[in-house]
Amino acid sequence: MEVTISNIRKEFDRFPALNDVSLKIASGELIALLGPSGSGKTTLLRLIAGLDFPTDGKIFFGEEDASHRSVQERNVGFVFQHYALFRHMTVAENISFGLKVRPSSARPPKAEIRRRVLELLDMVQLGGLEKRYPHQLSGGQRQRVALARAMAIEPHILLLDEPFGALDAKVRKELRRWLREFHDRTGHTTVFVTHDQEEALELADRVVVMSQGRIEQVGSADDVYDRPGSPFVFSFIGESSQLPIEVKGGTVLFQGQPIGISEAEEGAGELFFRPEDVVLVDAPDALFGKVTACRRLAGTRIAEIDIANDGHAPYHVEVEVPLHAPVELRSELRFRPTRWKIFRK
Amino acid sequence: MTNIAAAAPARWRLKQPSIIPGFGLTLGFSLAYLSLIILIPVAGLFWRSAELGWAGFFAILGDERTLRALYVSFGTALAAALVNVVFGTLVAWMLSRYSFPGRKLIDAMVDLPFALPTAVAGIALTTLYAPQGWIGSLFMPFRIAFTPLGIVIALVFIGLPFVVRTVQPVMEEIDREIEEAAATLGANRFQTIRRVLLPGLMPAILTGFALAFARGVGEYGSVIFIAGNIPYVSEIAPLLIVIRLEEFNYAGATAIATIMLIISFLMLLVINLIQAWSRRRYGNA
Repeated sequence: MEVTISNIRKEFDRFPALNDVSLKIASGELIALLGPSGSGKTTLLRLIAGLDFPTDGKIFFGEEDASHRSVQERNVGFVFQHYALFRHMTVAENISFGLKVRPSSARPPKAEIRRRVLELLDMVQLGGLEKRYPHQLSGGQRQRVALARAMAIEPHILLLDEPFGALDAKVRKELRRWLREFHDRTGHTTVFVTHDQEEALELADRVVVMSQGRIEQVGSADDVYDRPGSPFVFSFIGESSQLPIEVKGGTVLFQGQPIGISEAEEGAGELFFRPEDVVLVDAPDALFGKVTACRRLAGTRIAEIDIANDGHAPYHVEVEVPLHAPVELRSELRFRPTRWKIFRK
Repeated sequence: MTNIAAAAPARWRLKQPSIIPGFGLTLGFSLAYLSLIILIPVAGLFWRSAELGWAGFFAILGDERTLRALYVSFGTALAAALVNVVFGTLVAWMLSRYSFPGRKLIDAMVDLPFALPTAVAGIALTTLYAPQGWIGSLFMPFRIAFTPLGIVIALVFIGLPFVVRTVQPVMEEIDREIEEAAATLGANRFQTIRRVLLPGLMPAILTGFALAFARGVGEYGSVIFIAGNIPYVSEIAPLLIVIRLEEFNYAGATAIATIMLIISFLMLLVINLIQAWSRRRYGNA
């Protein structure tokens, strides 16, 4: 189901947690809300679910205004970070809970509920575990039970709050891939919250980057990584370095010196570039600094460089250097960004 | 096979190997302490009542007055514990769920029955619920004080903190997410409480019930004032024991005490078994 969030504002005790947020989620889309803690991503998810209510603004499910509908009426599947399974119920009882609490007119017959539970268990690859209690399952299994429980009520939309946050790295990776397949198979509109950019970029059709209660950028993984729309997105997603620069007569000046790159728009700004978008040069017009550390990162080598800043703390930047290039500690390295972005002050 | 230790099958040992020191010391102390405080007095009880022989023992057990007193004691303790389970859980809910001015004051008030001398409580309750008392007069001609109902009221007062103090911490531990999960699945408040929250609280509620019940069976100080102590009607077993003592009928007194002890022990054992079962079932977390 299509979900439209329009000009939502949410305050907790006068402290704004969300500020004029609007977002359109297409039917069947898999969307990630990505941001540091305190950015309002979980608040937004809870507002969609109806676990909290907006101070201002509206939420539409399809064409219908759902802003004032209670959580029970919204029919959303919600998966919590810490599973929130019912401890005293078996896996089967957990999954069937949402069907059993329906009024008798809407409740499916017993045999139908049982059939549905077994089908869902198969879907989350936990067939045969229906009689177990949650404490007899591993973390990854519990999260899949939580997902099956949320799916049992045939929700309009599936919401996941840091679904893999409490799991170890390997299980996380497996579940990530599994969730993607699950989504492709069922086609549910899905929104998940994460602070793990790798997770968001790998999994989602579109990533919503949030910071301080605002949406910074909405786009595909390529969009937010290759074409960041704001200094926050540039520094939050992937590795990056930033330096204050000035553009004069079409050339970029750092500390009054040209560094061998050009830009059309005049004036002061902030230069952003990624470690891998750098070339080592042997020319006077380049950035240069002392290598303070050098570390191997999978298939590449990253050099940490301090650029002197007369009297003040040096600028710290990271650049990728070829594996075969000899880089000595405390030696001087000269380089130029090959791809960069300048944000105006 | 020269290595005997390796060849021998694992022998049963009292102490499992553990890096936590002091098992011998603490076990020894606990046994000695419990012997002095509980085991020896209780053994003395059995020993003294054994003077009667089986015939004498069953004569006391079959005595109408003894039976009525036991019935009153256990009946009122049971009723009071049940009342406390309902309203104690309610108080615990209020204290752990909501914050309002004066909450700390109410929280402290719950403990008063622990601290107040039971005789004071008994006299105060009697004054209130007596036929001329503030509350008692409202219910006339229906009498509250000097009937078993009066005993129940005194025991409710005495037992309340047991239920509140065992249930409250468990209730505070309940994760909000559990309730939110139930709500997203379509459960209303009533269904959430009945099907999700209460089952998780059951072990704590049972413990509170057992404590309040055990305390009620043994309660003496507050009850004798409000009970009226009419033989066959509102005379409790502990009072009958005192009466027998005053008659220098020590064997008779210990016999009644022994019977109370056995019944209490059996009831607490059953409650413990139910608890163990529910802990196993609910994952003991």
